[in-house]
Amino acid sequence: MATAAQTPVDFSAAFNMAPTPLADWLIVMPVAWCLLAGAVLLMLRKRTALHPGIAIFALIGLCLFDAALLVRVLAEGPLTMVMGRWLPPFGIAFTVDLMGALFALTAALVALAAGVFGRADVDTTGRRYGFYPFLMLLMAGVSGAFLTGDVFNLYVWFEVLLIASFGLLVLGSERAQIDGATKYAFLNLVGTTLFLIATGYLYGLFGSLNMADIIVKAPQLRDTAPLMTLTTLYLLAFAMKAAAFPVNFWLPASYHTPKLAVSALFGGLLTKVGIYALIRVLVMLFPVERDHLAWVIAVIAALTMVLGVVGALAQNDTRRAVGYLVISGIGVMMAGIALGSPGGLSGTIFYALHSMVVMTALYFAAGIGGTLAGSFLLSRSGGLYAGHAVLAFTTLALFFSVAGLPPFSGLWPKVLLVKAALDVGAWWLAASILVTGFLTTIATGRIWLLAYWRPAPVGAEPGTNPRAPTAVEGRHEPPVAAPGDAAPPFAAMAVLLALTSLSVVFGLWPEPLLAAAQEAAAALLDPSAYVLSVFPGEVPQ
Amino acid sequence: MEALFSLLVGALFAVSIYLFLSKHIIRMLLGAAILGNAVNLLIFTAGRLTREVPPIIATDETTLTTAAANPLPQALILTAIVISFSFFAFLLVLGYRAFQELDTDDTDEMRVAEPADEDAPPLGY
Repeated sequence: MATAAQTPVDFSAAFNMAPTPLADWLIVMPVAWCLLAGAVLLMLRKRTALHPGIAIFALIGLCLFDAALLVRVLAEGPLTMVMGRWLPPFGIAFTVDLMGALFALTAALVALAAGVFGRADVDTTGRRYGFYPFLMLLMAGVSGAFLTGDVFNLYVWFEVLLIASFGLLVLGSERAQIDGATKYAFLNLVGTTLFLIATGYLYGLFGSLNMADIIVKAPQLRDTAPLMTLTTLYLLAFAMKAAAFPVNFWLPASYHTPKLAVSALFGGLLTKVGIYALIRVLVMLFPVERDHLAWVIAVIAALTMVLGVVGALAQNDTRRAVGYLVISGIGVMMAGIALGSPGGLSGTIFYALHSMVVMTALYFAAGIGGTLAGSFLLSRSGGLYAGHAVLAFTTLALFFSVAGLPPFSGLWPKVLLVKAALDVGAWWLAASILVTGFLTTIATGRIWLLAYWRPAPVGAEPGTNPRAPTAVEGRHEPPVAAPGDAAPPFAAMAVLLALTSLSVVFGLWPEPLLAAAQEAAAALLDPSAYVLSVFPGEVPQ
Repeated sequence: MEALFSLLVGALFAVSIYLFLSKHIIRMLLGAAILGNAVNLLIFTAGRLTREVPPIIATDETTLTTAAANPLPQALILTAIVISFSFFAFLLVLGYRAFQELDTDDTDEMRVAEPADEDAPPLGY
């Protein structure tokens, strides 16, 4: 090869010549670790007795990795690692900033809670069908989505978590599960396809999929390229993922059908991944286009939060009511995205973290309560307070938290959002947040009144309920606890109490989380540190 | 060539949306299959369709100056094909199981998860 000898190849033009420092491997560790644990669990598919131990160990490891990542990001700012040492934008970049690290850590904590809860909730058959492997693969997808700095890679992680969620959703192959999963699967397929279309156009316009590269190139392309179309497509795709009105009907159709641990995990994590992607793409990549769409997003947000809670009011099944509360929370988060101000965005980030923990805990509480009462239907349950005071008070605390009452973690983000809305004169948005909070208080208060406070009929032993049929309605096998049990299983209660105390702690002492959310919001609005982390030496405008 | 392909992609999208509007699972499945192909063709077309131009950099140049087809969208499609294929396989089985378990492929009649005759929540004690 004579020509090759004449012009020696300059690898440093395309490669990062220095080896990746060992500490930087931390950036991909959450994903690699989850995939590894999922693979190990799949290999031990038939040794179901080993599954909970391995999975819980892996999830504790995931929490530690994410916590270490958060500490590093707080100390050093955004971190970047590029796959295969290709220089960005050629290689796929993993860029973790404060928002990504916060979301990833909270998601890991929620998954750990679901893993521990699953010990009691998921029987041997469920484990044989692969509850724990799917859980780990779902977390690989969720962590990847939170940590990646590449739009197409984000799409791939969405698909990873979606495929894993299909597996979790149909875990028992019950009739209701197959019914719910059919609607979930088709509508989510449409959502991800829209995401893929938008990403194809994005590459066509920018010639790049790296987020930092897009931030740098967007101002030059803004005059000529149809960025509004692109942003609207992304809005539709991610709103569908996040279950915003009017593309939210897959959520109440499916989220109450799987096992409780799965419902809790989905309610906590999956819609928040949609919110995360909305923030990432609309706020960080296309802020000017988001400004133009602000009205649309604000109207969607107001409708989602109000109609969500109205849906919760109309439900007789507690799990379905919680599903509607998840939707209502999505509306509150979208309000902050519509406002786009530092206050609004920090409110959204805070609310998303709060919602991950509280929605998961609410599904746990509804599940434990429903199985103890023997029915998830409000018309058939009652008397839980007499037999299970701790459960009743924990549930009440969670209901207060989701309604945004003090002293729980739901209060502060709503205060931030209402203030941010009033600052720009969007009184109707502020009013809809407050009305939503009021209606949520009614909806959750009624559940508590009927299922917990209402006495069991005369002559009944505490903890047993003659209104209840012998098996839990709508489920083939008794999960978590048998109807009429004296006490719920210790592990399930411990997880519920741990999540609730997180909500109480951050309600009483919101300072650190508030500061982190504000810093994360500021970094999104001025992503120069993000760009610098991917392209050292680049001067962003 | 690109214009022709754009029209084809548009036609495929129209067909798949029409099929998706049906309430029968089997038609929605066909719609899902066509939708996946429509998106893949869309991205393929966006990466230019010039097969006559080889992507060779002349010795006195450092970058490619000719308008050769971009290989990256094709790599994206490979990923997307694998994903949409696995999705379709899952949906096919799910649709079949739904037909077995629920005895219908009409989504209007699939009311197991959300029963039509469910009681309203009690209005008082």
